Amino acid sequence: MWLFALPALSINVVIILIPALLTIALAFCQWDGFSMPVFVGLANFNAVFADRVFWIALGNNIKWTLIFLTVPIAIGLFAATLLLIIKRGRTLFQIVYFMPVVVATAITARVWQGMIYNPNTGVFGLLQRFGIELADPLAHTETALYGIAAVDLWHWWGFLAVIFLAALRQVPQEMVEAARLDGAGFFGLMRHILIPAIAPTIKLMMVMTVIWSFLVFDFVYILTQGGPAYSSEVLSTLAYRNAFFEFDLGRAAAVALVIALFGLTATFAYVRLQAREGAN
Amino acid sequence: MISSRLSRATTYLILTLGLVLALGPLLLMLLNAFKPTPQIITSPLSLPTELDWSNFTRAWSDARLGETMLNSAKVTVMTIILVLTTASGAAYVLARQKIKRWKSVSAYFLATTTAPIQLFLFPLYFGFARAGWINNPIAVSFIYCAMFSPFAIMLLRTYFIAIPKELEEAAALDGTNQWRLFWRVMLPIVSPGLLTVALIIGLYCWNEFLIASTFLQAKGEMTAVVAFTLLSGQYSSDWGEIMAAAVIIVLPILMLFVLLQRHFIDGMAGGSTKG
Repeated sequence: MWLFALPALSINVVIILIPALLTIALAFCQWDGFSMPVFVGLANFNAVFADRVFWIALGNNIKWTLIFLTVPIAIGLFAATLLLIIKRGRTLFQIVYFMPVVVATAITARVWQGMIYNPNTGVFGLLQRFGIELADPLAHTETALYGIAAVDLWHWWGFLAVIFLAALRQVPQEMVEAARLDGAGFFGLMRHILIPAIAPTIKLMMVMTVIWSFLVFDFVYILTQGGPAYSSEVLSTLAYRNAFFEFDLGRAAAVALVIALFGLTATFAYVRLQAREGAN
Repeated sequence: MISSRLSRATTYLILTLGLVLALGPLLLMLLNAFKPTPQIITSPLSLPTELDWSNFTRAWSDARLGETMLNSAKVTVMTIILVLTTASGAAYVLARQKIKRWKSVSAYFLATTTAPIQLFLFPLYFGFARAGWINNPIAVSFIYCAMFSPFAIMLLRTYFIAIPKELEEAAALDGTNQWRLFWRVMLPIVSPGLLTVALIIGLYCWNEFLIASTFLQAKGEMTAVVAFTLLSGQYSSDWGEIMAAAVIIVLPILMLFVLLQRHFIDGMAGGSTKG
């Protein structure tokens, strides 16, 4: 029976596991991608930790995580609850909310860049001509990261709304009706009945949010390439630049290990959370 | 507490606001694809005064969309075939716990879904470079297969689990061997799952940027999404043309999505929550 699983497993091992193990080894070597790697101990980590940009990137990933743990999850829960209580049009709303999810990140990025943020061709430019001072967020160091996050938010909240709605529909209708008869308002219903009932789904999405927040790459790379002045750099774009522009593979590997560390921590936290809930 | 209850009108108003939010940027893309750039600058929100197709013809030739979309399609189709043939077998043995170490194998696949691309990208790239596999669509479809098949396995597993065991036992009594049982009995039953997986993997491949832009940089192998990102320089940009290219690349996907939305939504939701 192993033969059935072997093709999938061996492709995965060759493409992911072996290179991942090599990345761990590389983090302790100096390598330009072509010559022989040289063992350098912790030098890469020392260089990474001494780099100002690394700390900016790490800080940005943490900000990103905090934004995505709150804003889209709140919007998604709110929209899903509204969708749960309406009688007509649910499918239509769902389809439209999900549309941004299926659009390629590169296209979403360019649409926002040109049609919304752009001071000449975008909605921001139009508003400026009406006297509303809205600068292109991507062009300024204080706002670049948030400008990118807004794009990802647009692309993302509909996914969560649809996932949460699927979970909410599993909540027994009697529970909802009973709460309404008891006089629970909309937010009371959300807080006391619906959110506790789908807590496992919300927790899973939060863990995935932490993992995904440290993987974010496309939007940053396409919209600002980490700029201006590294203000929107994240760990994944930093590692990519280290590897393919500076050919410092050891440093890129060290940064990659930091990214993986956060994902691992989130996964372990989730598994422990599950175990504790199972015990209670 | 009546006052804190949302009335029906308010509920629909808020939901419609969400509708506008989701559709707005897409409508801007569509509207401005038909306008010459000077008109976009004066009024990005207005309807085009006439249907100007010149953006589309320029986009088609500048992003070489005929060629690059064919490249995207090639990689997408190869990946779908590769994922379906490899993931279905793995999903089957994991669902039926046919191998002793099914738990560790499942855990391994689950772990790789959360692995950052950067954790394996760099040695993979330079390894492939040494082997001469850069700018090779087949090599890229193997990378996609490794990246996306854990998701496919998790999803297909739930379909296999739903098949009653009696069915297999009956077939086994008839003396059908494992291989025939899998191909002739099990796979046809899970075909809705295979369609869902094919659609979602197809979507991921068509849209993918990081791997495609790293491994397929040669003009002749570039995918449509990568060629699209090269349309604009940082400072001078023909936004009418860029929006036209965006419409061409995204329209088939959106149409497919609207037609088969149940498959997309259930698949993406199921694969990421039931894992």
